[in-house]
Amino acid sequence: MENIIQHNSAKVIIAENLTKKFGSFTAVDNISFEVERGEIFGFLGANGAGKTTAMRMLCGLSIPSAGKGLVANYDIKTQTELVKKNIGYMSQKFSLYDDLKVWENIELFGGIYGMKDKEIKQKTDELMKVLNFEDERDKLVGSLPLGFKQKLAFSVSIFHNPQVVFLDEPTGGVDPITRRQFWELIYDAATRGITVFVTTHYMDEAEYCDRVSIMVDGKIEALDSPKNLKKQLNAKNMDEVFQQLARKSTRKAD
Amino acid sequence: MKQLMSFIRKEFYHILRDRTTMLILLGIPIVQIILFGFALTTEVKNTEVAVLAPTNDEATQRIIDKLNASAYFDVVTQIHNTNEIQPIFRDAKAKLVVVFDDHFAEKLRHNGKAHIQLIADATDPNAATSFTFYATNIIAGYQQELMGETKNPYQITPEVKMLYNPQMIGAFNFVPGVLGMILILICAMMTSIAIVREKEKGTMEILLVSPMKPIYTILSKITPYFVLSCVNFATIMLLSVFVLKVPIAGSFMSLVVVSLLYIFVSLALGLLISTITTTQIAAMLFSGMGLMIPVMLLSGMIFPIENMPMPLQIFSSIVPARWYIAAVKAVMIQGLGFSAILKEMGILALMSTVLIGISLKLFKVRLE
Repeated sequence: MENIIQHNSAKVIIAENLTKKFGSFTAVDNISFEVERGEIFGFLGANGAGKTTAMRMLCGLSIPSAGKGLVANYDIKTQTELVKKNIGYMSQKFSLYDDLKVWENIELFGGIYGMKDKEIKQKTDELMKVLNFEDERDKLVGSLPLGFKQKLAFSVSIFHNPQVVFLDEPTGGVDPITRRQFWELIYDAATRGITVFVTTHYMDEAEYCDRVSIMVDGKIEALDSPKNLKKQLNAKNMDEVFQQLARKSTRKAD
Repeated sequence: MKQLMSFIRKEFYHILRDRTTMLILLGIPIVQIILFGFALTTEVKNTEVAVLAPTNDEATQRIIDKLNASAYFDVVTQIHNTNEIQPIFRDAKAKLVVVFDDHFAEKLRHNGKAHIQLIADATDPNAATSFTFYATNIIAGYQQELMGETKNPYQITPEVKMLYNPQMIGAFNFVPGVLGMILILICAMMTSIAIVREKEKGTMEILLVSPMKPIYTILSKITPYFVLSCVNFATIMLLSVFVLKVPIAGSFMSLVVVSLLYIFVSLALGLLISTITTTQIAAMLFSGMGLMIPVMLLSGMIFPIENMPMPLQIFSSIVPARWYIAAVKAVMIQGLGFSAILKEMGILALMSTVLIGISLKLFKVRLE
């Protein structure tokens, strides 16, 4: 343990032969990868390829059947509490409370992550300014347009300054302009040293990532920067890369 | 602690913002108590009575007057012949015929003994039982008076003494029942819906990923409904004491203690439902069908458990409301002390332990 922490302080996520079996079905089959601090790591795969299961293991929601994983230098098998304290999470389903006001949502999650009242208040003021949300502060989240909500949800997921933020298809159903703005927020978080681990269906978004991994049938088929992947497979864009790799799949989408 | 507080505050926001639901939750007990107390009463009032007094004397007259004066009876007709009894019932002119011995007053004076026959239309057996009881009581009352006046041992009817509820006031029976039903519905149904809503909306995932301990999540879900249940308990108590005039005969503290225990059992049940359902609708149906019907039918609230066939009696013993209602009746109506409800308390405590145990286990499994 000690050794790993010292030697890999720049690595925020380490997965070594991670495997998850449900009965006789192997959802995640022996995957290994590393993610560095401040990196934007795209985690791609068709539906049913095992992305969500892999992500749930890294978040401490699901215990691996075999293999090892470190997130923010904590073991995902034995130190789930510490893992959870140091990560942020935003799911494909909208993850704030519609019947709470904007500031109440922020206050709630700040409180859950053990932040001090004063810190919450100060950071809320800053956030409202950055997002241009000052007029919406007292509005119920349910009354905001989807794009606003997604931006707010992302900001809330990194409000407690986690080392890593896991984004599970964060831009589903959002228009291209908002998606663009959303990615600006992601870049901004990454420059502040927050590692971003993102799954997406949009291949143009895959191009924005520093590196992407493509999962097929529980295994990682490819892992490199978008530029290198395109070169290797002689593809024009990430969409072609994905098509070529995902075609190997024998598993049915769920 | 800070975590827990922020979360409990959030739960209160949820409830307070949803005005309609909150009003329903606070209003249900009031409506039910009023309905059961006044409209849906099994008390029988203004029953039509026919009288057959072969010899119209001072004693028969006084009994007839007494019957007529009570709220339960209206003496509508006098008949003179036993042949007339059948047609009275057939034509639904009266539900009860009071038949006096001939020379009633004389027999009473000389023999110290006279007979009155109460013939009731038992198409509705419950009502018939009730009003014959009222009538025997009124007659017994007259006999009592007579003995007081003359110090002679007169005997008109065998004395029927009904403990605790001499007039069988319906509210005495319904207040514990409504209490048992409301508390289990609010606690179990609302708690399960509140938890399942988070699952359905996807916010549960966020909570599970957060460092929030599952037990905190559960506690903060339970707290507001616990408060709400206490408000409901207080409302029902106030209404029954001041509006329905059902006194609390026993110790109020025992009543509070057993109610808190029952609320706890209900919350645990709600938790259990939330762990085995995934949609709000399912949770609602589950608690509606799975709780309301057994509580209404098998708790002794409406139908006496002693009259049920054995298998149902056995089944009814797993309905928490049965034990709670029995305990509330013992304390509130019969005025018994804490020691009399130890059995019920024990059973409820056992139920809550088992339910909490199972649901905590299932809740953890879901984290996997």
